Amino acid sequence: MAISLDDPKKFRPLVGQAHQVAMNMLRPISRTYDRAEHEYPKELDMLAAMIDGLADSGASEGAGAAGVRRDEKDADTTVKNGANLASVLSIAEMCWGDVGLLLSMPRQGLGNSAIASVANDEQLARLDGVWAGMAITEPSTGSDSANITTTAVLDGDEYVINGEKIYVTSGDRADHIVVWATLDRDLGRAAIKSFVVAKGTPGMRVDRLEHKLGIRASDTATIIFEDCRVPQENLLGSPEIDTGGSGQGFAGAMATFDNTRPLVASMAVGCARASLDLTRELLAKAGVEVDYDRPAVVQSAAAAKFLQMEADWEGAYLLTLQAAWMADNREPNSLEASMAKAKAGRVGSDITLSCVELAGSIGYSEAELLEKWSRDSKILDIFEGTQQIQQLIVARRILGLSSAELK
Amino acid sequence: MSLLHSLRPGGRHGIATTESRDPIGYLVAGLSRLAQSDLIDRVGLRKQTEQAVFSITSNGFKTLTTAGRTFARAGKVGRPGVRVAPAPRAGLFDLTPTEDEQMLVDVVAEYAAEVVRPAAAEADEACAAPQSVLKAGLEIGLPILGVAEALGGISEERSAMAGTLVAEALAKGDMGLAVASLSSGAVATALGLWGTDAQQQTYLPAFTGDDAPAAALALTEPTVLFDVLAPATTAVRTGDGFTLNGVKSLVPRGAEAELFIVGALLDGAPTLFLVESGAAGLAVEGDPAMGVRAASLTRLSLSDVRVGSDAVLGDVDGTTYRECVRLSRLAWCALAVGTAQAVLDYVTPYVKERQAFGEPIAHRQSVAFMVANIAIELQAMRLVTYKAASRAAAGKDFTREVALARKLCTDKGMQIGLDGVQLLGGHGFVKEHPVERWYRDLRAIGIMEGSVLV
Repeated sequence: MAISLDDPKKFRPLVGQAHQVAMNMLRPISRTYDRAEHEYPKELDMLAAMIDGLADSGASEGAGAAGVRRDEKDADTTVKNGANLASVLSIAEMCWGDVGLLLSMPRQGLGNSAIASVANDEQLARLDGVWAGMAITEPSTGSDSANITTTAVLDGDEYVINGEKIYVTSGDRADHIVVWATLDRDLGRAAIKSFVVAKGTPGMRVDRLEHKLGIRASDTATIIFEDCRVPQENLLGSPEIDTGGSGQGFAGAMATFDNTRPLVASMAVGCARASLDLTRELLAKAGVEVDYDRPAVVQSAAAAKFLQMEADWEGAYLLTLQAAWMADNREPNSLEASMAKAKAGRVGSDITLSCVELAGSIGYSEAELLEKWSRDSKILDIFEGTQQIQQLIVARRILGLSSAELK
Repeated sequence: MSLLHSLRPGGRHGIATTESRDPIGYLVAGLSRLAQSDLIDRVGLRKQTEQAVFSITSNGFKTLTTAGRTFARAGKVGRPGVRVAPAPRAGLFDLTPTEDEQMLVDVVAEYAAEVVRPAAAEADEACAAPQSVLKAGLEIGLPILGVAEALGGISEERSAMAGTLVAEALAKGDMGLAVASLSSGAVATALGLWGTDAQQQTYLPAFTGDDAPAAALALTEPTVLFDVLAPATTAVRTGDGFTLNGVKSLVPRGAEAELFIVGALLDGAPTLFLVESGAAGLAVEGDPAMGVRAASLTRLSLSDVRVGSDAVLGDVDGTTYRECVRLSRLAWCALAVGTAQAVLDYVTPYVKERQAFGEPIAHRQSVAFMVANIAIELQAMRLVTYKAASRAAAGKDFTREVALARKLCTDKGMQIGLDGVQLLGGHGFVKEHPVERWYRDLRAIGIMEGSVLV
């Protein structure tokens, strides 16, 4: 054991692969699907097949949103670099390529994360290989997901689901949707459960697709549930309404976020690095070289700004690796996951927007991808918990305050 | 010089040359002069408290440096010194310190909490570290932390990581006292890293003995937009040695130091020189600053100071100097992390206890989010600093990493200092609470070069 924060050696091949895919497959179609919003990026099917092949061959480890399941803490105390680190590293590389396309990767949906995290063994086997989108947000319920109004009522051996869900990533393309609904609105968060609904189930329909600021390659659907009947074994986890709150219900579902927040942080980190890499080169061509040894105040304002951005980036990156490393080593990381997402989210926006400013009209024009990255990055400070929600989580943990005390 | 002339604006008292004084202004300035004269002191109207160190460090009283001990020449000239091996890394991402590092941190953390923190306020006021604190620091081996076992020190391998953890733990107690305690160690570590056999044998026995001398690594200069890589202090080859000229500012414990490492430009390349305090032409005066006051900061002037041909420490092409600057900045980052942690640990219970509008102020998001951001940025500072430290210890290039750590610790460290005072409101502004001292100390990051080294 010794402190070392360099990229793990064992994942160098994985990161190298992801980088090549990002550079040679995602970047060439990045602008195409930014312009052709809602058009299916057919190239991704081949990419997904390739990634499956790599996974089967064992050459790759945990790319995408899988593998967030937590087992009992085992007796093995050696330090591990495992699936969580592999995921954040490869996702950052893919988002260096294109965030929207990464989010559109078949079978890598957020719903897949939820299934991997909370499904029982029978469900895991039955749902192997599906592409699942996640439906939580409602028109009047954003960050306070305990307040959702979509209902699920048991009728015989089926649940009947009614409600409207918005912002479902890949909601039209995925073959399954994991939908959050309440069994009893009077029982609060304990009654909130998630249900897997196969595409084509009567009563579930995609109402429309959003037109967005960024990540346009990724489609974002509004889904309506009208007397949509699903078998009761499609409820993920336990059907018991445990008002004592023993993890399997709402808290368990929320725990999914502890695992996905570092992933979103890594998306912000990857996208911001794309901006930094290109801007460094554009500045160099303009005669501005960043000198690491000379004080920032004796360098040009552009170089000083670049140093500040790169320093913030490094902080966000390492906070992300820390959160993933803790998950790999079975340490509770809710605080660190939120720290990573808060820092990466805001730093991602500052960096991508500032790089546009530094590059001037070249940055603002569609001739380069800098303007696109500055649009793509904004969502990463919003979904999976906004900047403010992350600050709330961090503050409550640091100060030891409940959600009733610190609202 | 006429009174009128001396009252002309420009440069002094923070007044820019673009200002002009009208007749009333001159009258007021003249009255102010009178009020400052020591006449009123001589008739006993103003209370005087003077201490020996205080007079040097606070009153701008210029004196010769301490004559100090004689360092008897030893060792073989031209033979390379003893070097510790780099600390290997397994290629694993890991945030766990080694057992040795953890033991060291535990000891230092206890010293910081029980000896350093209680002495901090008074030491800040007196511009001097109490002997008891320095002595306790010697006992736990602070000056020889970075010195190889073979040379009487405690380090088996490159100790940049351990040094970083120790500096952080110390600065959680107090940054000024941390600098005072680590200043000798900076010189000893530098001798271990770059000294020849002769330099190590001549100087290190004093540091590893019971009565380690005060010593200082002097790189900073009193220059606007100071670039440490282009010092104005010069070294010229004369006879069989060098002649040094220049001024170094914010030099810790300069009045007591018996050995200096001074940065000077030699043939266009920044170079480190060993200068004993007894050298003719060396003068020291107090240079108290906004913060880090317990380190007894001084200004060191060198006028035609002659040193021998064996006074150069390390290379003359600038590589040693650059490495020294980087390792010193790393140490300052560690100090920033420690002091910022002190801020977080102090404001956390405060905002939960302090009541306003019928509830603890921590229940308000505007307060709670400031605390959250302190925690987030502090952890980012720590991780970026550790990455640089770990690379330095492993013998890898850490130019980029330490630059980023310094930028982050400068910007976010100051923000944390600022927010620490803000969260206590008026109570933060008075000396009853330590947050105003941390605010002053954290401004040092990004300004100070040299002084500490890991």
